[in-house]
Amino acid sequence: MSLKNDTQNYSQTFSREHLNYLKDIKRQKILILSSRIILLVAFFLIWEVAAKFKWIDPFITSQPSRMWDTFLSLHQNGSLYKHIGITISETIIGFVSGTLLGSLMAILLWWSDFLSKVLDPYLVVLNSLPKVALGPIIIVFFGAGYSAIITMALLVSLFTTIIGVFSGLRQVDKEKITLLKTFGANKKQILTKVVIPASFPTIMNALRINVGLSWVGVIMGEFLVSKAGLGYLIVYGSQVFQLDTVMTSVIILAIAAALMYIGVSYLEKMVLEKRI
Amino acid sequence: MTTPIVKINNLSKIFHSPKEETLAVKDFSLEVRAGEFVVLVGPSGCGKSTILSALAGLIKPSAGEIIYNPNKAIKKKPSIGYMLQQDHLFQWRTILQNAILGLEIQNKNTKENILKTRKLLEVYGLGDFINHYPNQLSGGMRQRAALIRTLAVDPEILLLDEPFSALDYQTRLAVADDIGSIIKNEKRTAVMVTHDISEAISMADRVVVLSKRPGMVKKIHEIKLSCSKQTPIIRREAPEFREYFNEIWKELDVHVS
Repeated sequence: MSLKNDTQNYSQTFSREHLNYLKDIKRQKILILSSRIILLVAFFLIWEVAAKFKWIDPFITSQPSRMWDTFLSLHQNGSLYKHIGITISETIIGFVSGTLLGSLMAILLWWSDFLSKVLDPYLVVLNSLPKVALGPIIIVFFGAGYSAIITMALLVSLFTTIIGVFSGLRQVDKEKITLLKTFGANKKQILTKVVIPASFPTIMNALRINVGLSWVGVIMGEFLVSKAGLGYLIVYGSQVFQLDTVMTSVIILAIAAALMYIGVSYLEKMVLEKRI
Repeated sequence: MTTPIVKINNLSKIFHSPKEETLAVKDFSLEVRAGEFVVLVGPSGCGKSTILSALAGLIKPSAGEIIYNPNKAIKKKPSIGYMLQQDHLFQWRTILQNAILGLEIQNKNTKENILKTRKLLEVYGLGDFINHYPNQLSGGMRQRAALIRTLAVDPEILLLDEPFSALDYQTRLAVADDIGSIIKNEKRTAVMVTHDISEAISMADRVVVLSKRPGMVKKIHEIKLSCSKQTPIIRREAPEFREYFNEIWKELDVHVS
């Protein structure tokens, strides 16, 4: 008997048609990438030009060159990194704690069928409740500081994590669990040997969604209470009508969020590949 | 060879759902002797798998009893190995890691036992694949790996629940031959469930024919085939094979309506 995938050492001589096919794929890729770049550059260029010729009012819309100046001055007085650092650390803490707590509670629900049935309607209600409505309560409970912001980030991602991970744990093939039972496995062994590893892809997927939700929670929290961070910069900038600060912060926020998303996606890919 | 290893007395099992209750098995009695290969055949839904589950202790009988080692003073439940329709090898484990799953669960994953499992894999042609992942193996090899995972915990009784039904016909013949020979070779007691009559006759020492639901014993055939080698494929060529087939076919009383 031979290996199923013995295509590893396929021949290196291709037909002309195949070479053309490969070339087409490459051309398509380059076209997509260059279009993306052009779109981005054009967007900022038109913005800049429109503001310069006063087609739009740069006092309200800001303009890329002014945003760059703002960026540089924030960079020079060092406050840029303080704000970015605070927001990112709040996000990471919110993300990690939301994921850990959510996964832990999902495992608890998996463990006790009774508990999961009892709590089901509450989870549904809490999940559909817009968490920003809890903002004022959180501020009263935790004070107007970091803990309130992190609590906000945690709450935003917690219930989706519980529901997502729990359904992942429950979708594990019943027969695989039967197999373990035939060996006399106890509940803890079923959980660690099959249920968690088998639902790993679902859990990683929940993680990826959580990154975005944590950002939402943190920025919402900063809008409400903070004295520092990118969300604070945005709110403060709009209050004193410095649209340059607002726009710059939004762009930095977009880049930071994208980087974190890419990081988690990369982590997901690595972990899943390792287990094939 | 004639000492009974397990005795089932008047086993009945009812399954419950909010709408109805279903009597799956009724008054089923059977004695399995040490070292023999018993095959249960019957129409689908006749409770064959239920009997295996009860033997494995996965479900509680509604009535009746299962006595292990009835002739011995200590009626301890023997260790049991169960093989399912799908191989259920775990994607995230290598073949060796899959094979020692049962040992891990029973906290018997000593160096010695792992080495023994490795030997089994080598003896049965999987030596080069112990560090491969299941999706790199063919269906037949995977089923063999699943059998070794079952054998690794050294079970006294093997329960096989339609272990080949997920395979295509050609592979199925080859794998049945393969697995049948391994079980004979390792001198295990086996109880298998199938709805394939030929497969049953080719592998069994005794074939138990079950009635439609609720499953009851209709007839028990001692299979005696005159052929040179007692492997499943060669046994299919024995002159008596057809007679057994026809008899069991009639007893199963299959109608398409």
